[in-house]
Amino acid sequence: MDEALLRSLTPTVLGVLVRRGADFAAAEDAVQDALVEAVRAWPTDPPRDAKGWLVTVAWRRFLDATRADAARRRRENLVDEQAAPGPAPTVDDTLQLYFLCAHPSLTPSSAVALTLRAVGGLTTRQIAHAYLVPEATMAQRISRAKRTVSGVRFDQPGDVATVLRVLYLVFNEGYSGDVDLAAEAIRLTRQLAAAIDQPEVAGLLALMLLHHARRAARTAPDGSLVPLAEQDRRRWDTTSIAEGVQILQAALARDRLGEFQAQAAIAALHADAPTAEETDWVQIVEWYDELTRLTDSPVVRLNRAVAVGEADGPRAGLAALAALDDALPRHTAVAAYLHERDGALSTAARLYAEAAQKAPNLAERDHLTRQAARLNARRYR
Amino acid sequence: MAKYLLLKHYRGAPAAVNDVPMDQWTPEEISAHVQYMHDFAARLEGTGEFVDGQALAPEGTFVRYDGEGRPPVTDGPFAETKDLIAGWMVIDVDSYERAVELAGELSAAPGAGGKPIHEWLEVRPFLTAPPTITE
Repeated sequence: MDEALLRSLTPTVLGVLVRRGADFAAAEDAVQDALVEAVRAWPTDPPRDAKGWLVTVAWRRFLDATRADAARRRRENLVDEQAAPGPAPTVDDTLQLYFLCAHPSLTPSSAVALTLRAVGGLTTRQIAHAYLVPEATMAQRISRAKRTVSGVRFDQPGDVATVLRVLYLVFNEGYSGDVDLAAEAIRLTRQLAAAIDQPEVAGLLALMLLHHARRAARTAPDGSLVPLAEQDRRRWDTTSIAEGVQILQAALARDRLGEFQAQAAIAALHADAPTAEETDWVQIVEWYDELTRLTDSPVVRLNRAVAVGEADGPRAGLAALAALDDALPRHTAVAAYLHERDGALSTAARLYAEAAQKAPNLAERDHLTRQAARLNARRYR
Repeated sequence: MAKYLLLKHYRGAPAAVNDVPMDQWTPEEISAHVQYMHDFAARLEGTGEFVDGQALAPEGTFVRYDGEGRPPVTDGPFAETKDLIAGWMVIDVDSYERAVELAGELSAAPGAGGKPIHEWLEVRPFLTAPPTITE
């Protein structure tokens, strides 16, 4: 059974239920039940019309739950069992679901969880595993999120920028578990790009594809990080790069630049270089200037300092770095790298060791410790 | 079954036998160490004894309540704090002896010169729920 196909039907089926008058929270539960049922029943009894099957089963589950609810509360049944099929689902339903699940009233972690469940069709257990929290915790997070958006009208237009931020988070902070969250983020962004035609949506999709293309080369067999300059570029996924570049070029041609397009442009310039030495750092610095203009983010300025160090030499990079707050995450690591390039090896070794102490994750810590060790070994032996 | 916490300290434990800071090892020695830790956790998962393992950043903050309507007071990090926890592993094993055996193996992780670090790890039993049968 094609689980990706099954999950891709989730927002459509949910949209149908909501159009028929089901409230979002109850409809979402019913669709989850139907998905679980499909996983159980389809391998032996595949339906001819997958979507029709899911709508029928989800609607029945919704009616059962509502009836049980109504009976418990001694209230009259609010829904008519023979509900009209309602207007045919359109891509707008899918888009509205994205907006609802990324509603500004939700915290980022709630929006991520709700999007993965209601739009992505993942189970609570899968999401909990992916984010390394107990299943009960994730269940609570999702049900609170559903309560938070319960008053939001389904037909209100939303802000696509909030949706993009949520998808970016899913891609960038995907941890582990049996679900590949980076691939899932790409799938959801692709689906969004099909529902709404905006250059920034395309920009984010291109950004994800270009970074995902490097995944196999990013870690050594022992699990350690391989920096961009040392990656075996033959292991980059050229199909993914070609698609990312094509999507990016079409987006840039529309002349409505945004931060995701600019980030994707930088990733594309790296993808374009046959070797690290052939990287067009001058153009990358120009894109970082655009990004600084668009976001004014200190993290962008830090990355820009690295690019300046490559384009104009380590001294220029260190000068750019000097203008930045040294409490910025990875500031010390960047300083270590630029000092090494400048030939100040003992300073670099000391800074690498210091940066390792401040590393936000184990892979980076190990990498930075190795850098310090490499320089120290050169000095002592 | 009983759960034990194996605690690794940045500071506060007696000095290890092979006590060389990691940035003075060779890159290969670091890789060997990381591999040993991975393999150890994987082996305990295999025997059904692994519960959790986490590493902590060295810098933390002390926080306390400061009264109604006031933001919490924060202080630190304190460079002079004697005891600084680096990380832990939680294991679920049949006996205290088994917990000590495993802590010993973890302490044998290779360090400088490829030789065991002989690092001191702290073994702390979890307090459990009261048993059903009490007499």
